Amino acid sequence: MTQKTDKNISTLEARTALPRENGELVFQAPWEARAFGLAVALNEKDLYEWREFSSQLASEIAAAEQNNDPSSYYARWVASLEELIIAQGLISREQLDAKTAEYASGIHDHHDHHDH
Amino acid sequence: MSTVTQTETDAALRTRALESLLIEKGLITEDIIDEVVEKYEKDVGPLNGARVVARAWTDPDYKRRLLEDGRAAIAELGFDSAQGAKIVVLENTPDVHHLVVCTLCSCYPWSVLGLPPNWYKSYAYRSRAVREPRAVLREFDLDLPDAVEIRVWDSNSDLRYMVLPERPAGTEDYTEEQLIPLVTRDAMIGVAKIASPAK
Repeated sequence: MTQKTDKNISTLEARTALPRENGELVFQAPWEARAFGLAVALNEKDLYEWREFSSQLASEIAAAEQNNDPSSYYARWVASLEELIIAQGLISREQLDAKTAEYASGIHDHHDHHDH
Repeated sequence: MSTVTQTETDAALRTRALESLLIEKGLITEDIIDEVVEKYEKDVGPLNGARVVARAWTDPDYKRRLLEDGRAAIAELGFDSAQGAKIVVLENTPDVHHLVVCTLCSCYPWSVLGLPPNWYKSYAYRSRAVREPRAVLREFDLDLPDAVEIRVWDSNSDLRYMVLPERPAGTEDYTEEQLIPLVTRDAMIGVAKIASPAK
């Protein structure tokens, strides 16, 4: 493993550590909350065991760390969810690619900034 | 970095696409996802664990049950274990200090602590907690005497851990309700002790 580690773990996030209330900020962006909710809700509907999701997530994390991939925790979370859902046959990779492309093109229509 | 931004944008789009396809197939509804998110943003958090700890400090029978079967004793207070995982409660003493980590991903006792902080999910914490716990604890400003034995517990999806911290000196007259706000999330992970209340 060659990923650089922070000398001081406790400063990796601001000191939001005190559980005075239960309303702590846990998601950095709305899509992270959706990705989280989706994975938990599908498990609660018995579409997979939590350990299946958990082990997929562990593999994604291990692969990303071995490759020094700077992807965020929730990007790896979504990748795990995608793999699991496709492996379960709930949707196909082609369907997902097509739908993603649809949304991507929608975004480019609204924001006219290409970086090349 | 633009590659990181791109990855984030891709992940956001992918999430939206997944959600929409699963809804189209009738496998899930938007409301169910909303409910889960709201629950973890608002209702489930370390205050639950603080209630468990304060009860254990003031009720010896409860503490005995908690150490015997964490999940059942926690359920007594109305907190159900997420994904049906077992919860083992580890009691800190003047001689033994417990520290919890998930080396492979981010397994954590959600029902009592909410979702894990970012550092708990970091490569640094996951890779170092087992190898050099004393050094890691010092970075959290917890310098334990050499005589104190540190035990590190690696969580998984079926078995999650919560630390029962030592009750701080100077709280002998406190009621259960007065003890709750003293309990910190970090103490229940094992990276902190609970300080005596200021006089």
